[in-house]
Amino acid sequence: MNVHEYQAKEIFARYGVPAGVGKVAHSADAALAVANELGGERWVVKAQVHAGGRGKAGGVKICDSVDEVKKVASEMIGSTLETKQSGGVALPINCVYVEKPADIESELYLSVLVDRATRRVTFIASPEGGMDIEEVAEATPEKIMQIAMHPAAGFQAFQARQVGFFLGLDKKQVGQFVKVMKGLYEMFTECDASLVEINPLVTTADGGLVALDGKLNFDDNALFRHAEFAEMRDVSQENEREAKAAEFDLNYIQLDGNIGCMVNGAGLAMGTMDLVKLHGGEPANFLDVGGGATTERVTEAFKLITAGEGVKAILVNIFGGIVRCDLIAEGIITAAKDVGIKVPVVVRLEGTNAEEGRKVLDESEYDLIAAQDLTDAAKKVVAEAGK
Amino acid sequence: MSILVNNDTKLIVQGFTGSQGTFHSEQCMAYGTNIVGGVTPGRGGETHLERPVFNTCAEAVRETGANATMIYVPAPFAADAILEAEAAGIKTIICITEHIPVMDMLKVRAVLDESDSVLVGPNCPGVITPGECKIGIMPAHIHQKGKIGIVSRSGTLTYEAVFQTTHNGLGQSTCVGIGGDPIHGLDFIDVLEMFENDPQTEGVVMVGEIGGTAEEEAAEFIKHSMKKPVVAYIAGVTAPPGKRMGHAGAIISGGKGTADDKFAALEAAGVATVRSTAEIGTKMEEVLG
Repeated sequence: MNVHEYQAKEIFARYGVPAGVGKVAHSADAALAVANELGGERWVVKAQVHAGGRGKAGGVKICDSVDEVKKVASEMIGSTLETKQSGGVALPINCVYVEKPADIESELYLSVLVDRATRRVTFIASPEGGMDIEEVAEATPEKIMQIAMHPAAGFQAFQARQVGFFLGLDKKQVGQFVKVMKGLYEMFTECDASLVEINPLVTTADGGLVALDGKLNFDDNALFRHAEFAEMRDVSQENEREAKAAEFDLNYIQLDGNIGCMVNGAGLAMGTMDLVKLHGGEPANFLDVGGGATTERVTEAFKLITAGEGVKAILVNIFGGIVRCDLIAEGIITAAKDVGIKVPVVVRLEGTNAEEGRKVLDESEYDLIAAQDLTDAAKKVVAEAGK
Repeated sequence: MSILVNNDTKLIVQGFTGSQGTFHSEQCMAYGTNIVGGVTPGRGGETHLERPVFNTCAEAVRETGANATMIYVPAPFAADAILEAEAAGIKTIICITEHIPVMDMLKVRAVLDESDSVLVGPNCPGVITPGECKIGIMPAHIHQKGKIGIVSRSGTLTYEAVFQTTHNGLGQSTCVGIGGDPIHGLDFIDVLEMFENDPQTEGVVMVGEIGGTAEEEAAEFIKHSMKKPVVAYIAGVTAPPGKRMGHAGAIISGGKGTADDKFAALEAAGVATVRSTAEIGTKMEEVLG
């Protein structure tokens, strides 16, 4: 789960990670009030959306008067922002963050994640802040340092010194940097974060360090022990249908194609999408209905799939393990009737009572196309979508 | 022979008296798995499914001589359950539970790395040696005793591979679901090595998916250390980067972990790959000649 910059910075501050001075505002008047409260002569107004690359997309504006702050905030709030990293959609701006500008000397990069290969909490640092870190890693790998934390010993100051001097910090700054890394490590482990990314972490003219931006993702599986963070979820930043799916405990990812897919199991769901593609079709979604594949879940799944424009045909692929295929077949028929599906539905059932399941489908007055096997199912659904 | 579990496996179930634990324990017992008891803290002394219930793993091991455990404990308590089993000296720990926090699994793995117990999973269908012992949630009847070892990150894709190798008469020696989480117990390499050393296994099916580099590492291992033929399939060619495809581990991040990379690494290692899930069984027949 993602949170906004202003929420991330609030949590940074608790762990002693300096994140500048600023406040969130949900209206133009509130933004004006924040600017007055902060004082000074310049302010930065930043659109709060769940995507990086805001600066280049016009989501970060420097203002020279409080009136300008109000004007910029009124333009941003209620509008949308599409960035290179927003996945091809424009995200709604419901609030802005107003902060004092930092007197930037240099821009660094720092992030924390779990490296699955080494199974360690790992920091990634680079003196090339403010850039796309993947491009830096590609073009100049020598400018990236990775350092892993031992699970028993945890963070050690020498590791931060090692990174700090690599980043070109002076003695005084390295002292601060040790505190920043220590704070980030404690935050990462205590909060069950899955990613913390500060790009850029800046050094300022007065020799300080400030997290100018902050990206913070939490491990969804650990939200049960962090009720406070769970409440920070902003569904307006998420794909509407994906959020709806999550409510019903369905795994759904929207894609661009025209063949809707409903499958039990994440691996088989991916495998089914691949098979559709292999036979010349384009999947419209990833959808795992889970092991149960009950009528209720199948109904919700059909609703999600058919809510998409341009879905020309649907492939249902269920490997009935513990659950009997004839029961699943009845569930599919009931759900298809309830939802009133207008496009062809190809069904492949395999596993327990598969024969009986296919018979139920064949004998149904509802027009479902029963497939003989996996390949047959893929071919049939691609043909139907092409009609 | 076979790997990990067989007729000599004496199994306890952690989370024995819960609804999932009860249902799947019944299924396993019906298959012939020797379940010798279960653990539910606070219910020690009771009898459930005609088996004794213990308060702790240590007590269960002492009283029954159990050498394996199957865990259905809910995610918030599952890491604790794994560590309790390890501390009790249980050698084969199979954790079915999904949605365990990554931070918990980091600690679990750190302990297991120094232990002679092995963990299968979490978030996996379990392990089955057809005709001998079923530990997990897989549908028993699709399996058939035979010569193919199956190792997979995904549950239902394992069933596909099983179904196809049963259908063409090859059968399975042992099927191992290693689970779909980024931090887990046994990895492909560990299981591949066991299959390589198992006389019953003549060929291996490996089913991977996007995310991480475990398949690439497996490719290196196969190239240098395996003589038995391997057929591999990788799910997620059509998965877009940055989107988590159901499993916590199935995500292409930073341009790494794509299905194409994995197919390329496996093919370079001489592994027979299939691009269609439907062709796993026929490909295996072909490579076995």
